[in-house]
This record gives sequence, structure tokens and C-alpha cells, in this order.
Amino acid sequence: MTSTTAPVAPLKQKTKSKLGWNLLGLLVFVTMGFPVYWMLNTAFKPAKDAIDPNPRFFPTNFTLDNFRRALEISDFWGPVGRSLIVSLVVVVIGIAVGMLAALAISRFAFRGRKIVIVGILAVQMIPLVAMIIPVFLLLNDLGQYDKLSGLIITYLTFILPFTVWTLRGFIVNIPKELEESAQVDGCTPTGAFIRVVFPLLAPGMVATSVYGFIQAWNEYLYALMLMSQQNQTATVWLGNFTTKHGTEFAPMMAGSTMMAVPIVVLFLIVQRKMAAGLTAGAVKG
Amino acid sequence: MSAAQTTTADLPPAKQKTSPGAGRARAGTPGTPRRKGPGAAPWLLLAPCLLIIVLIMGYPLFRLVSLSFQNFGKSELWGFKEAEFVGFDNFSKVLGDGEFWAVVARTVVFAAGAVILTMVIGMLIALLLQKVSGFVKILISVALVASWGMPIIVATAVFKWLFDADYGVLNYLMSKLPGVDMIGHNWFASGPQGLAVIMLLVIWGAVPFVVITLSAGLTQVPKELEEAARLDGAGAWGVFRHVTLPILKPIIVMLTTLSVIWDMGVFPQVFVMRNGNPEAEFQLLTTYSYQQAFVVNDYSGGSAIALVTVLLLLGVVAVYMRQMLKIGEVE
Repeated sequence: MTSTTAPVAPLKQKTKSKLGWNLLGLLVFVTMGFPVYWMLNTAFKPAKDAIDPNPRFFPTNFTLDNFRRALEISDFWGPVGRSLIVSLVVVVIGIAVGMLAALAISRFAFRGRKIVIVGILAVQMIPLVAMIIPVFLLLNDLGQYDKLSGLIITYLTFILPFTVWTLRGFIVNIPKELEESAQVDGCTPTGAFIRVVFPLLAPGMVATSVYGFIQAWNEYLYALMLMSQQNQTATVWLGNFTTKHGTEFAPMMAGSTMMAVPIVVLFLIVQRKMAAGLTAGAVKG
Repeated sequence: MSAAQTTTADLPPAKQKTSPGAGRARAGTPGTPRRKGPGAAPWLLLAPCLLIIVLIMGYPLFRLVSLSFQNFGKSELWGFKEAEFVGFDNFSKVLGDGEFWAVVARTVVFAAGAVILTMVIGMLIALLLQKVSGFVKILISVALVASWGMPIIVATAVFKWLFDADYGVLNYLMSKLPGVDMIGHNWFASGPQGLAVIMLLVIWGAVPFVVITLSAGLTQVPKELEEAARLDGAGAWGVFRHVTLPILKPIIVMLTTLSVIWDMGVFPQVFVMRNGNPEAEFQLLTTYSYQQAFVVNDYSGGSAIALVTVLLLLGVVAVYMRQMLKIGEVE
């Protein structure tokens, strides 16, 4: 830091110039946050207030009726349980397999490494919708249609490449020298990894797991196409509020709240780490 | 620009660069004589991952291509008939259809609009974050993370409610403006307007990731360099244009290409907004392919459309790949 360069602006002028930016910032906050606020606001007010021509902007009549109604509309815990199973299994497989692969591409220089990286990246780039037709036919042939195991297999197509790529980001941020000095101190390469790298990698692995979990939890298209009404997952469950006779918005916002809040909270916990992992290396060089 | 690069390289060597391309198959610094070439180890580590990807992606991909050259409808699905190869019939049918080209044009305009707006707004907010006081920064971050973490399907439901013709808060608020009466206005009566709403939803969901990633990048822009540029007489725009942008370029390229891929693949937003049955003027390539396959029961036609979509994306992907490879190399 060179303090001699710019003359220090008078304090008053500085706060004044900040005020404008802060007001602009508050505008951004309100704009970005409003949809979330409106979801919560609608979820907790009586359904008849939701269709008032003069909407109430602040909750005055707090009620949980919409949540009761949302749970009545159709089974909620079944879909949530299924989403939970699918997401957890996908993440466990993804992390276990992805970890090994990430290690290979970030810690070893070997012939064919480039091709492997390109291959794993390319897989990420195929839009899910493009694959839905053959995946549907494949699961149909294998007798995995409308089965949780079938859904798990298909989710790996997008969770696995993502996991490999993010974990790679975390691994490259751990200096190789740490491992090497452990080896100088007598550790085997595997021992050095387990004792030195693994603990440092733990936060990154947690972040990757949580983020992968959220991705699997949020998936809609495959869940819609590959599961029948009886076996629907949480995202598809939310569609039950819209019928031919219209949409029940107040309970739908209650349902949305139940689905979003736990995910947003999880997200809040790991997002800082995620940004670090996703951008690792991107600004270098 | 070159000054930027040299200075970045001179920064404290937190992460040392090794160049995997140099020499053959030798990782590690000269100080570790005990490591010989990696041998089979990396391949053993990669094996499970590659196996799964080949099994669950390779076959469907192959099937996508073969389907688009076959005649495959409902009777073939139920096994009443053998699928027969029909050459390029599906493609000539699809490509010769005026509606398909309308869908392509709509998709490109939609994706381009969404990507450009996402990147510009994201960059502006990221820069703004550097200017505001701590508490405003926290407020914005909370709003960003909340909208980022919202499941797409939930966000879609919420936007449907915000833009509801009769009870949507947006119509109410707009009607408060002098001379505007929007009560009862149906945003989805016309395709362009409805797609604009959907684009807004996509942008709202995509901006947080861009802001957070760019903010992370901005912290890596050396302050000394900005100050030096300022001393040389560069204005705010000059500093941004000649110092900040070049350093952020790799991140921007990555974010833009990812956004293109995501925004070309928008599906649930349109599908759910239109209650599972998008009208003709709402069709994007994704929903159009879906409709051909699962509503018209023409699986090969749908596959042909999907394949054309993938090919369209390849151009973008090529740019992205080069960038990612560069990133992959500087480890």
C-alpha cells in the first residue's frame, strides 16, 4: 500500500460520495430481494388477503393456514423423502468417484490428461434436455423407468463432471509443497495426501457436496419425465398447485417457502467457499 | 495489458505455477527426486469416473445420434415395430420446416438477450459492491444468495405470482404510476412479452453467480496497478477498460460461455410458466424438441432437433474449451 500517492479526500466529501452508491445499492437489494420477500409475505398471510386488489406489503395477519393447505393438496413428505434419498446417494457417489478423478487431473501430469479434461468438460456442456429422449428410452429398456435408482443414475451425468471440476479447483489451491515436505519427512505419497491434503480439502469437499446436493434437489426435467405421479420428487410436487381450474397461489407460496428456505440456508453456509472453488485458477495468469 | 500480466505474475507466489506441458510426464519440483513418472496411478484414479461417464453418457449420446437417423415413434417405443433407418429424412423434415427456424431465431434472441443482460448487470453490481458501505454490501449479498439458492422451480412459481394478471403485485405497483393502468394485464397473452418475463426470471436467477464470481475476481486486481493507471491520467472508465477488464477476461469468458450454455438450455421456466403446454410463440429449442418427442410422439424428430441444438452450442463450446484448457494448464 502506498499512502503517498493520492491526496486523502476530506472525510465529508467521502461520506457524501458513498451515500449515492449506498442508495443505489439499496435499490439493488430491494429489486433482487423482492421476489423472495413476496413469496414469504404471501405464504404467511391469509389466502383471502393474497387476492386483495390492494395487496398488503407488510404482514399484519400472520397465519400458517397456507402451510396446512399446502400439505393437504397432496402428499408432501413422500416427494421430499424421495428427493432426499436421490440427492444424498448422488452426492455420495459423486464425491467418492469425483474425488479420485479430480486428484488425477490436478496432481499428476500424464499423457492424455488434456483429453480427459476436455472430455469431462464436454459432458457438462450437453444440455440435459437434449439427452432426455435417449435417457428415457434407455431407462425404459433397462426397466429403470419410474425407479429412484434410475433417477440416481441419470443425475450422475451432471453431478459427476461438476464435482470433478470443482474439487479440482479446491485441490489446485493447496500448495503442492506441503505434500512434498511431508514426503521429505518420510510420508508415502498416499500418506502425505491423507495427512496433509485431505484435512485442508475438507471444507471444499463439504461445499462441493452441499452444492451438488442442491443441484440434485432442484432438478426438474428428469424428475418430471422419469417418475410417475406416485413417485414424484419435491420439485415436481410444487406443480400440484396448478390445476386446470387455476393456481392456488397462497398455498403455492407456502409450498415454495418449505422447499426454498432449507436450501437457501444450506447455500448461505457454503456459497463463499463455492465461489472460491469455481474460480480457482481462473484469474491466474 | 502486458503490464497487467507481468505484475500478476510477480505477485506473492501463493500458488506456484508448474507447467505440466514441459518435459514428459514429470510432476513436482526438482527437489523431489523420489517421484518417477506417474505410471498407471492417474488412470486408476480416473477409471471409476470415466467408466460411469461412458456408461451413462456415451450410450445415450450414441442413441441420440442414431435415433435422429431412424424412424422412431410410439409403435417403435412399444416394440410393435422395428425402428428403421431413414437417413437424413428427419433432418430434412426439421430443417425444411419454417416453424423450426422461427424457434431457432427466437431461442438465439432469447439466449443472447439473457446472457448480455446478465453479464452487464452482474458486472455493474460487482463494481457497485466495491463502492458501498459494509452494511449495504451485506444486504445485497444476502439478497443475492437468497435468489441464487432458490430452486428454479420455486423461482418460477414466485414469478408467476408476481406477474399474475389479476392479483400480481407488479401490475398493482405499475398502476400506481401516473397514467398507467395495468390491472388485469395478462403478461402471457403475447409471446414476446411473456418471454420477456421469463427472460427476467432467468436473469434474476443468473445474476448472483456472475456477481459473486466477478467480485472474487475483482479482489485479485492489484490495487497498485489501478493506482498507477490513475496516476497516468486514466479516468474511471479508462482504469476499468485497460486494467480491470483484461485481468478479469478469463472469468468473463468462462461466465459468458457458461451462461450461453445455460440460457440455451432453459426449459423448466418456460414449461412451468405455461403450465406444461407452451403455446407456439413460447417455444424455444428445448421445449420444441420436448414437444415433438413426447407430445407428438415423434422421438426421432425430437432427437434431430436436440442434436441440432447441441451442434449450435458447439461453436460456443469451442471457445469455452480453449479457455478452460488454459485454466487447467496453469496449475
